[in-house]
Amino acid sequence: MSAAVEEHHGPPPIHYSSRVSPSVLGMFLFIASEIMLFGSFFTVYFFDRVVNHSFGGQWPPPGFHRPAFVAGVNTLILVTSSFTMHWADSSIKKGNRAGLQAGLVLTVLLGLAFLLTQVIEYHRIGFNTSDTSFAATFFGLTGLHGAHVFVGLTILTVMMVRAFRGHFSPEHHHGVEIGGIYWHFVDVMWIVVYVTVYLL
Amino acid sequence: MRNPIRSEEDAFRFVLLTIGYFALIVIGSVINVWLGVAVFVALTAGILWWFVVRRTDAEAPVRQAPAPHAPEHYRVLVVANETVGGAQLLETIRERIAGRDARVLVVCPALNSPLRHWASDEDDARSKAQERLDASLVTMQGAGIQAVGEIGDGDPIQAIEDALRTFRPDELLVSTHPPGKSHWLERGVVEKARERFALPVTHVVVDRP
Repeated sequence: MSAAVEEHHGPPPIHYSSRVSPSVLGMFLFIASEIMLFGSFFTVYFFDRVVNHSFGGQWPPPGFHRPAFVAGVNTLILVTSSFTMHWADSSIKKGNRAGLQAGLVLTVLLGLAFLLTQVIEYHRIGFNTSDTSFAATFFGLTGLHGAHVFVGLTILTVMMVRAFRGHFSPEHHHGVEIGGIYWHFVDVMWIVVYVTVYLL
Repeated sequence: MRNPIRSEEDAFRFVLLTIGYFALIVIGSVINVWLGVAVFVALTAGILWWFVVRRTDAEAPVRQAPAPHAPEHYRVLVVANETVGGAQLLETIRERIAGRDARVLVVCPALNSPLRHWASDEDDARSKAQERLDASLVTMQGAGIQAVGEIGDGDPIQAIEDALRTFRPDELLVSTHPPGKSHWLERGVVEKARERFALPVTHVVVDRP
């Protein structure tokens, strides 16, 4: 019986093959907590909508108008920013730095356009947070989302500055990947907010 | 079941699916409120069904063969956990390497609870697996079998796949408890290994380690 000890190089020091990396997992856990936060706001919104019969079952209450068209255009802007974000991420994976930079610049601009449109919408909407529970939940949900867009924009700006300073490569682009996941989450949450608050 | 969103690309695909999902619900609702509700229920049920049932089936194994190695050694990969020091397993290894210049790698998967696995909290599972492996390697050495060992992924199939890339075995031995006592058999680990890996797979039943 002659079995020799195998001189083997062994597996990678940490087994990542069946799970996400710790940093991506951290982002997912953060997003999970964010979903719970949004969930609590949606609960209030639907509770108010279903239970509150002060206005004879009318939703939104009489005298309130939801600017669905402007918000629809804003939705298009935000959805487009997901495409540009994906373009940026795909570009750096292929070593295309110009694509990364252009993608991030466009994403930041689109995000800014979204926020600006939302500010203008608030300014012209004709009601305030204290005008009925509908107004409070409306501003609560859309404002909470707006805050997330602001955070996402901050992350994107940092990514953009880093991209212009020569950071990231096809092998090392974790920062783009994680920021991209967060931005897509912000986009998905807006689609849910838009459909439930403005359309249905 | 694997986490379906593992990268920016997956998240982007999720955005597109979300758009499609809500677009159908809105279209249904515009036609009739109850149609919207029906679309919502049908789509949600469909997604759940796909996620829980269909997706598990769809993970059809890609048959993998280890990369070839220099022919002078016969390489045996042993995957076992609690049964890693079992007499039946030692006997089988002895048979396989008899009269050969053989190399043996024992992989002991770090079995973990799903919650801890998702939280990447695997230190405890790995240290327990290491203890079992160390004791087993000593037993093997006592039985005249020289082998090396390593801790593998908590999923035995994944552990085999990892080892296949680094060790390039000629044969795979999967050691389990007898039917009725073995979680691995219940989960069809041996069948999956036979389906997925293009190398001889021997199932060794160890009644008492």
